[in-house]
Amino acid sequence: MSNYTVEAKEVTKTFGRRLIFEGISFYYKEKGIFGVSGPNGSGKSTLVKIIAGLLSPSKGKIIHKNQSKKIVAEKLHNHIGFVSPYLVLYEEFSARENLNYFARIRGVKFEKERVEQLLEHFLLFNRKDDLLKTYSSGMKQRMKFIFALMHNPELLILDEPTSNLDIEGKNSTYEIIKEEGKKNIVIVASNEKTDLDLCSDVIHLDKYKN
Amino acid sequence: MKSKSYSLFLKDYHSELRTRYAINSLAMFIIVAISIIMFAVGQEKVSESLTGGLFWVVIFFTAMSGLSRAFVSEEERGTALTLQLLSAPSTVFSGKLIFNIILVFCMNTIIALLYSALFETFIIRNFSLFILSFVLGNLGLAISSTIIAAIIAKAGAKGTLYPVLSFPILLPLILTSVQLTLFALDGTSIEQAKYELAIVVSYDVIMLTVSYLLFDFIWKD
Repeated sequence: MSNYTVEAKEVTKTFGRRLIFEGISFYYKEKGIFGVSGPNGSGKSTLVKIIAGLLSPSKGKIIHKNQSKKIVAEKLHNHIGFVSPYLVLYEEFSARENLNYFARIRGVKFEKERVEQLLEHFLLFNRKDDLLKTYSSGMKQRMKFIFALMHNPELLILDEPTSNLDIEGKNSTYEIIKEEGKKNIVIVASNEKTDLDLCSDVIHLDKYKN
Repeated sequence: MKSKSYSLFLKDYHSELRTRYAINSLAMFIIVAISIIMFAVGQEKVSESLTGGLFWVVIFFTAMSGLSRAFVSEEERGTALTLQLLSAPSTVFSGKLIFNIILVFCMNTIIALLYSALFETFIIRNFSLFILSFVLGNLGLAISSTIIAAIIAKAGAKGTLYPVLSFPILLPLILTSVQLTLFALDGTSIEQAKYELAIVVSYDVIMLTVSYLLFDFIWKD
């Protein structure tokens, strides 16, 4: 079990004059599966990007702590796994090449065993040497999970995790979410009832628009 | 951070070998630009000062045609987010800078060799000064082009914006480098060119410092 905490304090986001949401606060500790829901355009992706440090909030702040020590913005990426429909991996490389470069750029050891285990789990082991541009959209989505999990992050952020997946893909995703939720913090942003059913607590974004 | 930046450079290098995103446009631009100059000059004998100036004109426009790719290709393909999730902004900038420095050196070496072969007035009389100004000029060009590429990558009209934004920023570097090239062509000593060299060194240091300070803000939102 990790000693990771993520806290949001009165987070507000506006794009120009348009208010996306305001006053979101939460405190997630150590482990569990938490949800973010809301209709299209309600700011689910914006909120998860703010949590991941990819966007700055207009007001308020997000504090990440590991072993009670605050994590600086430059090192946050090492603690986060992120999956989203707008995440694109390098299509000119094979799955193995992608993962190898990711480990090296991240500055961590390429754990062959862990990677092969993930490739097996997400049914991509036999296609690991094929270029990503030859993958179907579902296979690319599964590949994003491997990208998010390969460095054993303490916080897993999943934006519409089951989009483009067939039943088999959805089941292995739910399995991973449940497994990760037992030892780490998992945040799921989705409109799918089956995705949100896994969550112990859900933030409904339509409640944060005045 | 060094090895992470180097790994990012290697990723870009292998990606470039497979996609030919920048190499093809750079190679074509060099050939076309030098050919047009050759056709325009015809049988006329070009003066040394004009050759030195034209040398940097080709370098400037070739850089404009290819160096923005470092960031533009990531934005266009949607992989910028992947990079943000993989490494700190300083690592990304360093990796892209290494790639652009190597690209600029390769590109400008080819231009210099073609110039030496095709223009009979392009005779370098002070080789040490030429190498010094070539190295410092290329470093400045790579640093400025990299940070400007990061700025314009998020904009709409990237192709137009890049040379427009680059021109005022690169002007002090280009003017001084043209002067240093002329000095190298007419055999002026390094001692006599020390003020111009100091300007280029200062430009490189200032641009590098400013780039690292600014990159966090450019890269994040």
